[in-house]
Amino acid sequence: MATQVGTKPRRLQLRRHRGPQRARLDWREPYLGWLFTAPALIGLVIFLVIPIIAAVWVSFRDWNGLSPIFESEPVGLANYRELLLEEGVRQRDFAISLRNNLYYVIGVVPVQSILAFVIAVILNQKFLKGKGFFRTAYYFPSITSSIAVTLIFVFLFQTNGAINQALPFQDIDWLDNARGLIHNFLGVFGVEDGPAFLTENEFMGLELWDWLAGPSVAMTAIMMLVIWTTTGTLMLIFLAGLQNIPVSVEEAAIVDGANGVQRFFRITIPLMRPTIFFVVTLGLIGTWQVFDQIYAGTAGGPRKTTFTPAYLIYFQSFTNSKAGLAGAIAVILFAIIMFFTWINRKIIRDTGDV
Amino acid sequence: MAKTASTLAPSSKPRETGPKAVAKRTFGYALLIFFALIFIMPFVLSAVTAFKSLPDIQENPVSLIADPEHGGWTTEGIEGLNTSQVRLPRWTLNSVIVTVFVVLLRITFGSLAGYALARMRFPGRGFIFALILAVQAIPAIVLAIPRFMVMRQLGIINTYVGMIVPLAFDAFGIFLMKQFFEQLPRELEEAAAIDGASTWQTFTKVMLPLAAPGLIALTILSTQGTWNEFLHILIARIGEPELATLPVGLAGITAAFGEAQPWNTIVAGALITIIPIAIVFFVFQRYFVQGVAASAAKG
Repeated sequence: MATQVGTKPRRLQLRRHRGPQRARLDWREPYLGWLFTAPALIGLVIFLVIPIIAAVWVSFRDWNGLSPIFESEPVGLANYRELLLEEGVRQRDFAISLRNNLYYVIGVVPVQSILAFVIAVILNQKFLKGKGFFRTAYYFPSITSSIAVTLIFVFLFQTNGAINQALPFQDIDWLDNARGLIHNFLGVFGVEDGPAFLTENEFMGLELWDWLAGPSVAMTAIMMLVIWTTTGTLMLIFLAGLQNIPVSVEEAAIVDGANGVQRFFRITIPLMRPTIFFVVTLGLIGTWQVFDQIYAGTAGGPRKTTFTPAYLIYFQSFTNSKAGLAGAIAVILFAIIMFFTWINRKIIRDTGDV
Repeated sequence: MAKTASTLAPSSKPRETGPKAVAKRTFGYALLIFFALIFIMPFVLSAVTAFKSLPDIQENPVSLIADPEHGGWTTEGIEGLNTSQVRLPRWTLNSVIVTVFVVLLRITFGSLAGYALARMRFPGRGFIFALILAVQAIPAIVLAIPRFMVMRQLGIINTYVGMIVPLAFDAFGIFLMKQFFEQLPRELEEAAAIDGASTWQTFTKVMLPLAAPGLIALTILSTQGTWNEFLHILIARIGEPELATLPVGLAGITAAFGEAQPWNTIVAGALITIIPIAIVFFVFQRYFVQGVAASAAKG
């Protein structure tokens, strides 16, 4: 945090670069160190490091996921070409999954971050009591099984279900509705078909008009479910950040005559900036991995509008027997996620702590 | 807030009076209660639905009281949990087996490696730590296919070993234990060494007991993570219904029934999956909060 720049980062750096600073207690430490880490290390290599290398290797092969892997044909960049360049159902499916996930990210990340921030700020108010209870209530969904919660929401999203009854609109067929929200919105103004330059031009085998469909109603339902589950965790992170703001800063601002709104925008938000960036990048990393909710909620439907790259990896390798192709999707998805992870780590490094 | 409030720190007083403060407080609580309802109502409604009859659910999906005209409260949803399609006892058993063994292994590997990384000086230490940091960031879905490949080569697909062992290697556990060991004072090990204790004795008799809070935190967070684990189990026991855990078994229910979904049974199964972790959560809440803080600090 900006207020702690004086002491904290320096101490952290010392520890990070030098490690244990005293003399060895036992001359055998060089061997014991390896002996103690060996079990974990062997497992990490077999189940994490080798799979990472294998993931890249598989993406250059025509493997169906069932026959012995070493008998599969090496195909060079064919899987990547099929996904990115060659017209066909595979490219189109991948394009659809990217579109769906993109809208999912645009919808989920800001809403869950803002909601978590607002709730954390309210919970941090000194004039309110019983915060422990509320904090528990908000955080509880985060620790539950994603599959169990998805099934509960599938029930709530039934056409005659609780969500439709709670909302003041006419009943929505949430999980069966493939219409994009943007298309729906334009439909209100009588725009049913896109202008020619959008319907006649394609990118990655998908009409520009379809790229602009927005998330389908079904995807929106998944988004609501995910926001409901993750907000609690993010709220806790914000709360920890808010409690790090020294009371003296707040008091100084009050002495200087700053009102509540001014303090919020001039003190709280600037001091919380590292935490805000952290939560946003955490969201970007997580939202590109959405799988459980799709598998149990919609299985990619209706009309592929809840396909995501993560789900497509599973679908192509285990349902469609195109494991090589799925490997290529995994590598591309990995690149996307690593980009956000890199930014996220950079924030932690630059700020020392969150 | 108006200018008059700019006297010294009025908001830090225990209780404000006056209409403005009361209005502020009322609004604050109203918001908090509104959000609490949103986060808790789905569970309440599920708990009620589990004990309603199917026609009742169809007719009154949001009613919190069973309709006597449709048979009132019933346990038929619960009874539906042990049939040929919904095998909750079997899934629960599998979940317990997997969770117990994964947690035991994670504690073992995590404390051994965590201790070495925190306290020992050996060549390659920095490299090992960097490796753990790096693999921690890799998303599970990216590893799904190659992990399946490795497990097939090892011949452990559709076995408990395949479901358990890959989950036992978890960088976060090592990381957490390393942090806990680093906080312990060095003097204790030095004293033990002077008393003639071997490194192994120092580790098991002195350091491990002192790191108990870390072990508890690791146990709780691993229990929660493993109990809820879906993707790995789905792939490790692909096509073997005998080995389904609660999340994997549940995820298959809706597909098994098609049009006429037995919602009372489904939400009952979902709640039974949630309840054990809910109990752990309410008893050990602060460890969960610490876990979030730890992962937030280190990504």
